Amino acid sequence: MSLDYTNDTAAAEALIKDVLDAYPEKAAKRRAKHLAVAKPAEEEGATSCGVKSNIKSIPGVMTIRGCAYAGSKGVVWGPIKDMVHISHGPVGCGQYSWSQRRNYFNGTVGIDSFVTMQVTSDFQERDIVFGGDKNLDAMIDELDTMFPLNKGISIQSECPIGLIGDDIEAVAKKKHKETGKTIVPVRCEGFRGVSQSLGHHIANDAIRDWVFDKPNTEEFVAGPYDVNLIADYNIGGDAWPSRKLLEEMGLRVIGMWSGDATLSEMARAPKAKLNLIHCYRSMNYICRHMEEKYGIKWVEYNFFGPSQIATSLRKIAAQFDETIQKKAEEVIAKYQPLVDSVLAKYKARLEGKTVMLYVGGLRPRHVANAYEDLGMKIVGTGYEFGHNDDYQRTGHYVKEGTLIYDDVTGYELEKFIEQIRPDLVGSGIKEKYATQKMGVPFRQMHSWDYSGPYHGYDGFAIFARDMDMAINSPVWDKFKAPWKAA
Amino acid sequence: MVRQIAFYGKGGIGKSTTSQNTLAALVEMGQKILIVGCDPKADSTRLILGCKLQDTVLHLAAKAGSVEDLELEDVMKIGYKGIKCAESGGPEPGVGCAGRGVITAINFLEENGAYDDVDYVSYDVLGDVVCGGFAMPIRENKAQEIYIVMSGEMMALFAANNIAKGILKYAGSGGVRLGGLICNERQTDRELDLSESLAAKLNTQLIHFVPRDNGVQHAELRRQTVIQYAPDSKQAEEYRQLAQKIHANGGKGTIPTPITMEELEDMLLEFGIMKSDEQALAELEAKEKSLCSA
Repeated sequence: MSLDYTNDTAAAEALIKDVLDAYPEKAAKRRAKHLAVAKPAEEEGATSCGVKSNIKSIPGVMTIRGCAYAGSKGVVWGPIKDMVHISHGPVGCGQYSWSQRRNYFNGTVGIDSFVTMQVTSDFQERDIVFGGDKNLDAMIDELDTMFPLNKGISIQSECPIGLIGDDIEAVAKKKHKETGKTIVPVRCEGFRGVSQSLGHHIANDAIRDWVFDKPNTEEFVAGPYDVNLIADYNIGGDAWPSRKLLEEMGLRVIGMWSGDATLSEMARAPKAKLNLIHCYRSMNYICRHMEEKYGIKWVEYNFFGPSQIATSLRKIAAQFDETIQKKAEEVIAKYQPLVDSVLAKYKARLEGKTVMLYVGGLRPRHVANAYEDLGMKIVGTGYEFGHNDDYQRTGHYVKEGTLIYDDVTGYELEKFIEQIRPDLVGSGIKEKYATQKMGVPFRQMHSWDYSGPYHGYDGFAIFARDMDMAINSPVWDKFKAPWKAA
Repeated sequence: MVRQIAFYGKGGIGKSTTSQNTLAALVEMGQKILIVGCDPKADSTRLILGCKLQDTVLHLAAKAGSVEDLELEDVMKIGYKGIKCAESGGPEPGVGCAGRGVITAINFLEENGAYDDVDYVSYDVLGDVVCGGFAMPIRENKAQEIYIVMSGEMMALFAANNIAKGILKYAGSGGVRLGGLICNERQTDRELDLSESLAAKLNTQLIHFVPRDNGVQHAELRRQTVIQYAPDSKQAEEYRQLAQKIHANGGKGTIPTPITMEELEDMLLEFGIMKSDEQALAELEAKEKSLCSA
């Protein structure tokens, strides 16, 4: 198992008090519930990280959250490569979220893959007044003519669709009849819910209602080792080394969602023996549904860093027979030299360095052990849009005294970084430059800072290199002006 | 200075008929008038134009691409004695957002000078104030006085009270006032008393009681106002009186004091229009007894 250490609980508590003091009384009272210090829990090897989560951000603070449309179009549906995804509504939502996530895929853009295209119905005033259904109908025809190899079309609702009451479900049914293709209406209007999290849920429900159990011509012969690799979005190619490990241990990946995914991979998912879920937050809903309806068990796994990879491979193998279990051990052994060489190269350079994280709904806990494998310590972590069950799971990852912050405000995060001065902060583009200007090394942990993949053994080598590059860059020696006294 | 007024009221109460007859009387008094119909049905100017206006702002805009592509002349038609008419138009029932359409249409008319060189702008708005769009004439210093068309029917009274709430909401910021209630007689019990009583409770006046007259129907079937169809009739005289009263009412509007649902129900009880629970039960009992004994 990974490193054994604790963080300074008293200092973290003082820090929380310090930031809350700056707020008006009412805001301080509300924010206090979202900030905590990890405490010893009854369960051995875990801490208690309970904070209030998944509620509305306080008006006036800087929050990093997105909206339901971002959760559906940007996260769950967008990476399905052989479907065209319509940003249905005015042009801005699609345009300004264009290619924000680096969902890599194999295929030819505009021919059989459409992930990096921005397709919008570009609502004008008349569409608001007279309704947009007619335009949507015409648009689906045009898309089908322009991109004959598309396997389906999803309609991602922007806010006005819900406000004016357009009947996109009726359009979807009609166009499905006419074209024979899968048309998926998604009611992910941005004003719904408190963050992108509800968008994930709505998108999962749309898979359930509009993709599963539809007449299917695919000839598919089920095998004993069929698994779905669920909720890997293939950021920087993450899903590929993950898939490789599963295949090397003898499993057949019949569906990989939604990074580099095809519609038929989604449609055949209910035929799998087991669902393997990486991003629990965004796709637990569909896994629970498949468990209830088709009796498919699901297993959460973590492919960040060698200790979690080994644990996960064994956990997955335990669901199958001895051949698989044996092969899993072989896979772990096979990659041990790679792990050793990575540790030999980087561990001495990174040992003892402290890290603060602030990411979306999974990585604030999932990457913790990867850092610890390199000898680094997590001193603070938090989720943009995590729920209660995420904070419960976090207890298995972080040590006593770790600062926990939910839906952290711009002010709070800045204060925390300033006071803790960790050796590395891992968060998003909006936090990056502010942090670096404070003289603190930074890595983007949503987009891997345009690097990656970080999943699997192959990914760990890249992860270690990138963290070393950020922390030990010679630029930090130049931070202090030479003419100023040391 | 152009005077902007608006007619509101429950659907089917006779807003369009009342407003067009009144405005036809106003034009006889030498006033220059523009009617802005704020109803997707576009029937606020039918009696003045002698036909249903086809070229509504929004339909033309939809054809042309956007309102920016329209000219004022495209949408403004001249009717009875020079009354200018424009209709916002809007989507067919059940689709889109008619409220947004009203906002778009009014802004277009205003920005393109439709309000220049008239004495009166009159808005005729559909039904209740269901959303921000249909409150547009009340908001942002548009209509200065609102006239609520109502009758002695319970739902018409409820609607009048609701509209008063809408006016109150914007009275502080925009300076809109309630000009008065216009009772369009339905021959319900104690209709005049009830109307006057509600007016008093709402801190306004019953500006006119328009008696029921079949002549209005006859005129309407011929797509005309009574003023045009039967200028010497008694009913035409009623509308002339109403027009004079409205003309004299400039700047005399009040901030309404809408009442609660309970107060409104109490008022109806008081007038014997609605029965109290005890009364209703007693009647039911008596009825049962008579049935048993029969």
